[in-house]
Amino acid sequence: MILSKHSFLSRLKANRHGTDGIVSAFLSVLAGLSALLLFLVVLFLVRESWPVFSRGGWHMFLSGQDWYPLEGKFGLVPMVFASLAMMTGSVILAVPFGLAGAIFVRFYAPPVLARAYKIVMALLAGIPSVVFGLWGLTILVPMIAHIQPPGSSLLAAILILALMILPTVALTSLAALDAIPRNILDGAQALAMSRKGQILFVAIPAARAGIIGGILLAMARALGETMAVLMVAGNVVQNPDSLFAPVRALTANIALEMAYATDLHRASLFASGLFLTGVVFLLSWLAFQASERARYRSL
Amino acid sequence: MKIKLFLLITGFLTVFSVSSAIAEGSKLVLTGSSTVAPLALEIAKRFEKGNPGIRVDVQTGGSSRGINDARKGLADIGMVSRALKPEESDLTPYTVAMDGIGIIVHKSNPVQKLSDEQIISIYTGAVENWKEVGGTDSPITVVNKAEGRSTLELFLHHFSLKNSDIKADVVIGDNQQGIKTVSGNPGSIGYVSIGTAEYEERHGTPIRLLPMEGVPATVDNVRDGKFPLSRQLNLVVKGTPSPLANAFIDFAQSKDVHDLIEAQFFVPLESE
Repeated sequence: MILSKHSFLSRLKANRHGTDGIVSAFLSVLAGLSALLLFLVVLFLVRESWPVFSRGGWHMFLSGQDWYPLEGKFGLVPMVFASLAMMTGSVILAVPFGLAGAIFVRFYAPPVLARAYKIVMALLAGIPSVVFGLWGLTILVPMIAHIQPPGSSLLAAILILALMILPTVALTSLAALDAIPRNILDGAQALAMSRKGQILFVAIPAARAGIIGGILLAMARALGETMAVLMVAGNVVQNPDSLFAPVRALTANIALEMAYATDLHRASLFASGLFLTGVVFLLSWLAFQASERARYRSL
Repeated sequence: MKIKLFLLITGFLTVFSVSSAIAEGSKLVLTGSSTVAPLALEIAKRFEKGNPGIRVDVQTGGSSRGINDARKGLADIGMVSRALKPEESDLTPYTVAMDGIGIIVHKSNPVQKLSDEQIISIYTGAVENWKEVGGTDSPITVVNKAEGRSTLELFLHHFSLKNSDIKADVVIGDNQQGIKTVSGNPGSIGYVSIGTAEYEERHGTPIRLLPMEGVPATVDNVRDGKFPLSRQLNLVVKGTPSPLANAFIDFAQSKDVHDLIEAQFFVPLESE
């Protein structure tokens, strides 16, 4: 690692006035700009949510379960719980399916089937969230309403989100399994381990970091998803005490009310956006850490 | 190239000749109702485009602020989302559009009408089954609007409710989502802008608009002010409006802004 970095730098120096130098300068400006943009977004969020910190303070979000901004009630807690419940539920559903799919494709599937599976996953990943939402609202929600009205519920949100993050889990797990060095698997085979043993005790542990990274990314996506959740979750501000209860996610709250919010109401929506951004940053950082570890392990 | 330059110059000339009708650099201030403000903002953008050099400043703060500011001269024009009261006769109202919302249920729902009391009972959770209001034995799904929407405000005001009184099963954002929610759930009741609901009902979406106090929920009845769940959207001024304010009001009442009014799900005063 260190060696390669060194040689890269020395090549840069040798070529400072050549094409490499120009390209490198150009690329670093572009990279710097995107980093700056991210910084500005966060700065903007802080500035817009500032009235909350200077006037109301965090405690107004934590006091009480009621969210009626026009009546001065700003209880965000039920929505935080709802967002976390949706994320947890969808990950619990999507991980076994995604992982099983990846293992099947890597170790069992005939090439034709494996290709087909990869194409289906890529397509699934490309469907816009509003389409998932529309499908959920017109098909899934009425089906759940047959079991227990109103149908728009935590369950509907979990099912839709699971479908949306399934490709993330499946494709990152597959990439992690594909990246296992050949010699490790050959070694397992040489020890006369069974197929099951090779997968459970060699392949999955070796790919663990990459798989966990994928799951964390999927969690971030589930948490940040807005449109589909807004359409199927029911959006009633209350604690998620049942799978059939309509709940409102933090993202849906911002999308529902931002266009019409003023003053402290608006600032509190920005503050919840700031909070969400923080959690997604944390998840992405953890995912990055996990994939870094995976890289060192395979070297 | 020459043609482009020519166009540019003539463009500038037309622009300047139009704006010279009203003093250059003038500013028009509108304050008041948050229901009228988004519409006024759109109208103002188009007005500014047609009259360069003019700036129209739109601020919200509720209908009472609109009344106050117009009275005290703090604003050139006040925005008020209701008819003026007798004690406000010192102001002159110019109605720009009508706002009307209709109660919708699923098409298969046998309930043909609901009284105001029944609607209040349903929305506050006192009545939770359709059989209590003359329907089948099935639970009611109450669909409410998200905080800040003008439809919610009109609904609450008409029935004298607070948003925290309402026991909602589903909270929705825009009208389309409300129509999709009600058409997908036979036991639900909701309210949306009449224009949208009438269009959807006519095009086969399985919803039905309920009459209010015996008046059918139609765009025409909203326009005429006959429908109970409707209100005027007014621009108000004290005394004689300035030439600039006058030009803006004329523009806001003209056919040129009907598309803007309909885009906000309000009803223009003259039919097309």
